[in-house]
Amino acid sequence: MSVVEGLYYSKDHEWIKVDGNAAYIGITDYAQHALGEVVYVEFPDEGDEFGSGEAFGVIESVKAAADSYMPISGKIIGINDELLEDEPQALNEKPYEAWILKVELSDHQELESLMSAEDYIKLCEEE
Amino acid sequence: MELKKTSLNEAHKKCGGKMVDFFNWELPVEYSGLTNEHVSVREKAGLFDVSHMGEVMVTGKDALNLVDYLVTNAVKTLEENQVMYTFMCNENGGVVDDLLVYKYTDDKVFLVINAANIDKDIKWIKEKSKDFDVELKDISSEMSQIAIQGPKAQEILQKLTDSPLGEIGFFRFCEDTLIAGEKCLVSRTGYTGEDGFEIYMGHEGAPKVWESILEVGGEDIVPAGLGARDTLRFEAGLPLYGNELGDDITPIEAGLGFFVKLDKGDFVGREVLAEQKELGFKKKISGFKLLGKGIARGGYKVLADGKEIGYITTGYQLPGRSESIGLALIDKDYSKLGSEIEIQVRKKVVKAEVISKKFLDKKYKK
Repeated sequence: MSVVEGLYYSKDHEWIKVDGNAAYIGITDYAQHALGEVVYVEFPDEGDEFGSGEAFGVIESVKAAADSYMPISGKIIGINDELLEDEPQALNEKPYEAWILKVELSDHQELESLMSAEDYIKLCEEE
Repeated sequence: MELKKTSLNEAHKKCGGKMVDFFNWELPVEYSGLTNEHVSVREKAGLFDVSHMGEVMVTGKDALNLVDYLVTNAVKTLEENQVMYTFMCNENGGVVDDLLVYKYTDDKVFLVINAANIDKDIKWIKEKSKDFDVELKDISSEMSQIAIQGPKAQEILQKLTDSPLGEIGFFRFCEDTLIAGEKCLVSRTGYTGEDGFEIYMGHEGAPKVWESILEVGGEDIVPAGLGARDTLRFEAGLPLYGNELGDDITPIEAGLGFFVKLDKGDFVGREVLAEQKELGFKKKISGFKLLGKGIARGGYKVLADGKEIGYITTGYQLPGRSESIGLALIDKDYSKLGSEIEIQVRKKVVKAEVISKKFLDKKYKK
């Protein structure tokens, strides 16, 4: 399972890349492998606000639909539907490039409860 | 409780199979990926371990008579070495199981039943056999079964035997056929809508047959798991017990009345089925496609005119198709082709249209 240094990780196997007051959110290599081939992504609308832990959408593989949860709270300021509507399998092929949401952070302190790449690797090994 | 393992368990792990619990059996849901396996079967060939299926040998003077009484199809018209698909129904016409009937002779009939229903079926058959001069043997735990399916199936399998496979016709079988030196029963049957064979053998021979097929098949064949097995049969419009069939769904409601031959004489469930064929019935398994974004999944509700009219039995986003399609058990009033219906896809209601269940042109060698 690959990880990328410098990103934050959630226990639900998402990566978070901070960019000033915003963050990009995607799924990890571990997640895409567990899901199998992704065939559909259901996005929230831009402008929607979510608390940490709330379900924001769904990622569907051929076999099943899996709810996706916000690793942090924030307002949706971007969705990567341009890539993922036509090529949902990009989540399998390049999980760390194919971001799903761009979020305006409501609370930077939440980042402290996320994991580093090293801690995330340990979590995966235990699962 | 530990999961049951087929004789090919090690082989699956060697092939990189993702193992799952399937009705207490440890089986691969996929190896190289669902899409790749599905497409391989349609374009070249795929290899399936179906050893979990159940097998019952019915012998004795009344063997064929008993089976004829148990099932809806006209098994007495079977020739020796011929196979028929049929249903065992209960007194309400609901389906106890769907199965294949292999006729050796009038006194020797072989039944192949669903893994999930083995115990139920054996009990049912035993109960119904009281007045028949027969011997029943559950040989499920003695047999392994491998299916090779796809346009290249025969070409590949022929490399492993001198028996002329071209002479095994559609829904015919040949026993004592040597495949890779192992004695097998081979039938031209399958669950994918493609040409292909189902091969039955004892456990000791199965790993050799499996590995030999993969070896001689090379790039033309891939091992395929339960995931692809379901998308393939769904695309071919074939029912799955537990989805399109159940003890509260009759073959008529499932749109499979072709396999119910009322004229053949008495059989369990005949009365209700005759009534349905004559007077009509209330619900029907219908094909549909989504007209909006989303994927139709089994269990989702079907709506029309502001009310619930049924539910999806199987739904998928299939490889190579842009719209999600499915099968649903709905109020018959809405089952006409072109009818507008709606599907509750989680929080959204998506428009859909009733279409023919013939999603695919089957490539049987008849």
